[in-house]
Amino acid sequence: MQQDGSTGIPTGGGIEITPELTIPKLFVRQARKYGADRVAMREKEFGIWRPISWQQYLDNVKHLALGLVALGLEDGDKVSMIGDNRPQGLWAEMATLCARGIGVWLFQDCLIDEVRYIIDHSDTKFIFGEGQEEVDKALSIYDECPKLKKIIWDDPKGLRHYHQDCLISLEEVQDLGKKLEKEKPHLFDEMIEKGHGKEVALLFYTSGTTALPKGALLSHNNMLTMGKHLMEVDPCLDTDDYVSYLPFAWIGEQMMSISCGLQIGYTINFPEEPDTAQENIREIGPHVMFAPPRMYEQMTRTVQVKYLDSNWTKRKFYEMSTKIGYRLADMKFKKRPIPWYWKLLQKFAHITVQKKLKDHLGLSRVRNAYTGGAAMGPDHFRFFHALGVNLKQIYGQTEVAGISVVHRTGDIKFDTVGHPIPGTEIRITKEGEIITRSPSVFLGYYKNPEATESTLKDGWLYSGDKGFIDDDGHLVVFDRTKDVFTLKDGRPFAPQYLETRLKFSPYIKDSWVIGHERDYISAVMCIDYTVVGNWADAKKLNYTSYQELSQMPEVYDLVEKQIRQANKDLPDVAKVRRFINLYKELDPDDDELTRTRKLRRAFVEKRYKEIVDALYSDKDTVHIDTTIRYEDGRESHIKTDLKIVTIDDQ
Amino acid sequence: MAESTESTNNDVLLEIEDLHMSFGKVRALEGVSLKVKKGEIHSVIGPNGAGKTVMMNCINGLYHPQKGTIRFKGQTINSLRPHERSKMGIARTFQKVEVFGGMTVLDNIRLGRHNHYRSGILSGAVYLGKTAREEIEHRTFIEEQIIDLLEIEHIRHKPVGMLPYGLQKRVELGRALALEPDLLILDEPLAGLNLEEVEDMARFILDVNEEKRWKVTCLLVEHDMGVVMDLSDRIFVLNFGRMIIDGTPKEVQSNPDVIKAYLGEEDLYATRR
Repeated sequence: MQQDGSTGIPTGGGIEITPELTIPKLFVRQARKYGADRVAMREKEFGIWRPISWQQYLDNVKHLALGLVALGLEDGDKVSMIGDNRPQGLWAEMATLCARGIGVWLFQDCLIDEVRYIIDHSDTKFIFGEGQEEVDKALSIYDECPKLKKIIWDDPKGLRHYHQDCLISLEEVQDLGKKLEKEKPHLFDEMIEKGHGKEVALLFYTSGTTALPKGALLSHNNMLTMGKHLMEVDPCLDTDDYVSYLPFAWIGEQMMSISCGLQIGYTINFPEEPDTAQENIREIGPHVMFAPPRMYEQMTRTVQVKYLDSNWTKRKFYEMSTKIGYRLADMKFKKRPIPWYWKLLQKFAHITVQKKLKDHLGLSRVRNAYTGGAAMGPDHFRFFHALGVNLKQIYGQTEVAGISVVHRTGDIKFDTVGHPIPGTEIRITKEGEIITRSPSVFLGYYKNPEATESTLKDGWLYSGDKGFIDDDGHLVVFDRTKDVFTLKDGRPFAPQYLETRLKFSPYIKDSWVIGHERDYISAVMCIDYTVVGNWADAKKLNYTSYQELSQMPEVYDLVEKQIRQANKDLPDVAKVRRFINLYKELDPDDDELTRTRKLRRAFVEKRYKEIVDALYSDKDTVHIDTTIRYEDGRESHIKTDLKIVTIDDQ
Repeated sequence: MAESTESTNNDVLLEIEDLHMSFGKVRALEGVSLKVKKGEIHSVIGPNGAGKTVMMNCINGLYHPQKGTIRFKGQTINSLRPHERSKMGIARTFQKVEVFGGMTVLDNIRLGRHNHYRSGILSGAVYLGKTAREEIEHRTFIEEQIIDLLEIEHIRHKPVGMLPYGLQKRVELGRALALEPDLLILDEPLAGLNLEEVEDMARFILDVNEEKRWKVTCLLVEHDMGVVMDLSDRIFVLNFGRMIIDGTPKEVQSNPDVIKAYLGEEDLYATRR
């Protein structure tokens, strides 16, 4: 990757955020500064990384923005986007902002009902879909959303029989824009000049573990100050690389691609297909990375499984280097100086195992890796530090345009989320709720004054999370207030903590811990189909489905072993006493998880009431008689007995 | 779908006349005749053992029929060897996938491109100038037309033997397409696939048949009646080596002999969907 023009010293971008500054103003300024010689983004297509310069980025956005105006976009109109991460998605968002519209992102895997709700609630006028799948979704709700005018697509694949009037291709929109540019050459610059930082830039729908999604209104200033403050803590270079593969509908991705990316001017890389993301990350070797814990959990699982599959020598080397890694990580956590012989061992571990391993995971060049959006278990966290990856927890939410609290390099504690970023104040209310005040706190919820009122009080954002500030001034996030358990002995307990501990086992994909005001704690476990499947193949166990595999006695033994491991070092009241293997994986399509894969506790408790009841009775099995609905609308009937296992004398 | 049954000889791509094939005393095909028109998806259905695969093997030259003629693009091809027929533009996939398990997906597809290579062994060994350019051209074709179409970017460099069955079937289709055939014989492309894979495969077949870039005529042997009825322009029904009917899906569905041949399968549509 090119290194020209950089000073070699990471900077915060050095952009001054004035109240008038908007994202489009900054975009145009950066694009004119870097011009045609500098790569703004790359996309892997047909097996080759294809660069797109800042000049091309600007031209595409300009024509698209003018095209939207030609189609009738007016100030404050909403434009929705749905599709995988690709340059066109980012152009569409930037064009919307340049044309003084408001951007709305939908998760790529949203089901029809969710799409309908968001498009209708947000009063969307135009929707950008990628290809046939997204166009189909948009067409099926078109008649029910009278405000929706046009559906814009960019991938013609499979669309040869689509001739509806409401469809238009991205290129056609750009052609309209080019025509308008000839008529009014200054229109684009005028539109951008008109903007002000306090105007709404994005309407962001939060996934919501409890209720319907709420639309958070974020201003240009919210987004820009957020990015600036994070970059002040962990500066980046404009020669850095970043891989954009997580949904744009997740605020974390917006933060890295827009808020930070635009200020720094680093290159944004788009993977070929969602399936190739891991491979593409390895090819790029990004310098900065932000992902929810499940991505890191997946990496850990991959490593653990590969370890189990490798030969004796490799296993021994791996064991040795991990031991060294863990010792060094613990020294770092305790901020103790590292003796020279440990430094030597570190070199050894690096050369023999860690260098290669990090390369395979795409982490060899990572300066800062962030995890946020959900709780990450301490075991996972230590795992990455043992590998020599500078992983940091962050805390934030959509309502502060991303993040508000982050670990500082050299001051990392795995049970905290660190210190607030500059410009941010954090307080704990009497009830233990975390509240935040900063220039990035959002404007309110769209069409929902009650929710706004209960969330925003005197400029303070009420998060709904319980937490406290420890002796070192680090923020500790306990759990969502409504999720916190009271144990038998009256102690408060965060179920997330136990769940993430259970998930450290590669065999466990998801877990759900129950125990609020109960005599003991029990768990509902979801095995990882691939990993447990391979394990069963190696043991020559026959199975035909997830359901059958999950109910095998051998698998129950395996899961019990994992739970015993997680139970270690926990006080007796916090140990899992009884568990059950669920017959299916938890799935966002069934409303059991949010789109960002957070457990919707109230919902699953209602849905699996029989299981919960059985776990707190003396029964050994529970009879299930239910219907499963597949993505394509088919239904299948499930009738089975699930075994419950009690874990005794620990 | 096309209703017209009249055909002029100009748009007939493949023509079989009075084909007989027996193995010892077993008469697999007894006087079968079939015309496949350019641009069609022509399906061949029939109960197990009706002789469908034997017919396909005769067309691409694996078997030599005792009697009858096979004409492709107006030329009699009875005496041609399989590789000569593939040079003329006949490609096929097999009921049980026949891929090279130890080779990667890309290499399997490249192999299907063999007929289009112009440079010889010697220049290939040196790999300079024209040969290198040719290699890039072919790779571009494979990437842009096949890997993108079949959505197999993520397995490009994986050995085919390690892939699940559904993906192996896709790779096999990819290899057949690499030949840029005029006629594609698909022998039970959907057998053993799950519902999602069936839908994907049906979409690929339609793409290959309809997309301007391809416009490949397809001869499809399949048991999944739902898909056959949806995709086909014409359907040829075979039973004990003889033709029952050759007509549009509608005609076939209402034909009493067809229903008799499928007796026990209450409804022609009694399939997975």
